[in-house]
Amino acid sequence: MSYIIKKEAHGKNIHKFIISSPMIARQAKPGQFVVIRAFETAERIPITICDSDRENGTITLYIQEVGTSTARIGMLKEKDSFLDIAGPLGRPAHIAKAGTVITIGGGVGSAITYPETKAYKNAGNYVISIMGFRSREHKILEEEMKNVSDELYITTDDGSYGEKGFVSDKLKKIIDSGKKIDEVLVIGPTIMMKVVSDITKKHGIKTIASLNSIMVDGTGMCGACRVEVGGKTKFACVDGPEFDAHQVDFDLLLKRIAMYADEEKESYEKITRKDKDGKE
Amino acid sequence: MAKNKIRIEMPKQSAEARSKNFEEVAIGYNEEMALLEAERCLECKNPVCIEGCPVNVQIPSFIKFIKEKKYAEAAAKIKETNSLPSVCGRVCPQEEQCEAKCILSKAGKPVAIGRLERFAGDFALDEKTRTCAVKFDAGKSKVAVVGSGPGGLTCAADLAIKGYDVTIYEALHEAGGVLVYGIPEFRLPKSIVKAEVEYLKSIGVKFQMNVVVGKAVSLRDLFNEGFKAIYLGLGAGLPKFMNLPGENLLSIYSANEYLTRTNLMKAYKFPEYDTPIKKGNKVAVIGGGNVAMDAVRSALRYGASEAMIIYRRSKDELPARKEEIENAEEEEVKFHFLVNPLEFIGDDDGFVKHIKLQKMELGEPDSSGRRKPVPVKGSDFLFDVDVVVVAIGQTANPVLLEVTPEIKTNKWGNIEIFNEYGQTSMKEVFAGGDIVTGEATVIQAMGAGKKSAEGIDLFIKSL
Repeated sequence: MSYIIKKEAHGKNIHKFIISSPMIARQAKPGQFVVIRAFETAERIPITICDSDRENGTITLYIQEVGTSTARIGMLKEKDSFLDIAGPLGRPAHIAKAGTVITIGGGVGSAITYPETKAYKNAGNYVISIMGFRSREHKILEEEMKNVSDELYITTDDGSYGEKGFVSDKLKKIIDSGKKIDEVLVIGPTIMMKVVSDITKKHGIKTIASLNSIMVDGTGMCGACRVEVGGKTKFACVDGPEFDAHQVDFDLLLKRIAMYADEEKESYEKITRKDKDGKE
Repeated sequence: MAKNKIRIEMPKQSAEARSKNFEEVAIGYNEEMALLEAERCLECKNPVCIEGCPVNVQIPSFIKFIKEKKYAEAAAKIKETNSLPSVCGRVCPQEEQCEAKCILSKAGKPVAIGRLERFAGDFALDEKTRTCAVKFDAGKSKVAVVGSGPGGLTCAADLAIKGYDVTIYEALHEAGGVLVYGIPEFRLPKSIVKAEVEYLKSIGVKFQMNVVVGKAVSLRDLFNEGFKAIYLGLGAGLPKFMNLPGENLLSIYSANEYLTRTNLMKAYKFPEYDTPIKKGNKVAVIGGGNVAMDAVRSALRYGASEAMIIYRRSKDELPARKEEIENAEEEEVKFHFLVNPLEFIGDDDGFVKHIKLQKMELGEPDSSGRRKPVPVKGSDFLFDVDVVVVAIGQTANPVLLEVTPEIKTNKWGNIEIFNEYGQTSMKEVFAGGDIVTGEATVIQAMGAGKKSAEGIDLFIKSL
């Protein structure tokens, strides 16, 4: 059973789960994800693996409450179980010695940059990390990232912590300082990845993005996650989730991830109404 | 004995009622109907009906038990060779198989073998009435089955009955493969699949859900765990698209996605279930097979005012089962024949709004023997839609095979087998069903699973 060994609140609406799942822990590599169906009526949702511990047979996930299924996941407690968890899925990240690498994480996306940042560091790269959050209270993983980065910068939209502004502002500053950057990894909200990709494209810096498509099975069976990369249709679940950012059609991805905005609202209103009724 | 000459019709929900719900269309024979229909079987000395069955169900014998009101025995007789009678009774194309061979079919009215199989199978679904074909003795060698679709279930059941210690590995959270994600509730209720799976558990088959073999474990890992042989019933799990402009617009689904959301994830119960689907008002399903019929009839049940089939050949070439086409027609599915999509056009938010279609005409027969559709020049026109389902087939899913190069595949990515038992280039690995043949039927996959169970038994005995 995939039961929750440890649950911690991290930032606003973000939960860190350490889950017992020996089979997944044994195989998981940076960049891969799991698909979770937390309870009978839940959606299957893809969550990138933040960390894995083969010896103890555990994996670590950071899950942000963004809709109905994730809100209910947020209510789970230690010793509860996820009904179903499958993985590791997707292709592992290709991490090698490139020279100087910038890893950029936005919001809960920072949890995904963490294992890859660690891997870049272990591969002998000089690693600069930029983490962006809305405000101080949304900040996660600062200590962990400090330990695996040569330089760490944090930006907040409102300036309540670190530098005021977006990750893209900080990236521009570093590039403008004349430092030679060999590779950039960006993981976070799609719009952020698009902006970063546009900047690095201008400077000809190789950039990898981890795409957050909607998925159902996560094994290539349905095609819900299809994206266009270099003008060709790819399935994020089996061909990705990481792609050359400069080839990704981010505008299409932005539309596709918003496909069920109306239904999500309807569903979310239903559970919040239920919760309210329950309290009364 | 006075024989009943009239083939007993299957009672169904009315077209009007059923096109608005997801409940089963065909209600099933009651006891009286089953007895009347069973009486029609002539109990031929040389029963050719059996030759028409890919898993050799002993048809006259089980029907004889029905005549004698020994329904549990009838089910046990079927289960000697077919572990999924309630599934087969519902989804097999009997009209092309056993019933086509029935001696009475010469007069156009074969015995309704499928309906009787369903009757007997359903009788034995319950735990109390469940019957087991043969006593099994656990403790023989371990065999792994990858994929819990109809082929995998059949292979596992046959091996369990032979005494093997069988574990099925399934990537999804529900056992049944296409029976749970593909075929809709209104044709095959999921409670039936669940009950058949329970039967397998009762004869000792173990299930490991949520394990993507090739990712979580490799075949090598399984051999290291002591499995002596492996059966691959992977299915054909990679949807085909047409590579047309606009195909990634929103609300364009593969049939796999549309049906998986509906059947496995229960989007028809949204928002009680969290998984949504775009219901659509004008829904176009591209393709003419059984999967296309399942999708278009689902669209009607979601409340579409127009649910349409877009097919590039004519009605005569539709590959779907005749019964399913008739059901769809009764439910007022619209059929647009001899048209082919060229392009999809969307609105500002990226949702599909129109399909550009081209008229076709039938030319000379092609390699499949069907007349080839040829475009009519200058016949393009726009067609309004708000949901599109692409149901033009699937190819082999590469997830397991790309990490297992020892298993030879052909140019389409399907596994090559080297004998009638489905043995692959890795001699301890057998394969069958869609991953070998490309898309085919449930019963063909079951036939292959059965044959591989025999092969695995011979292989392990030879070790």
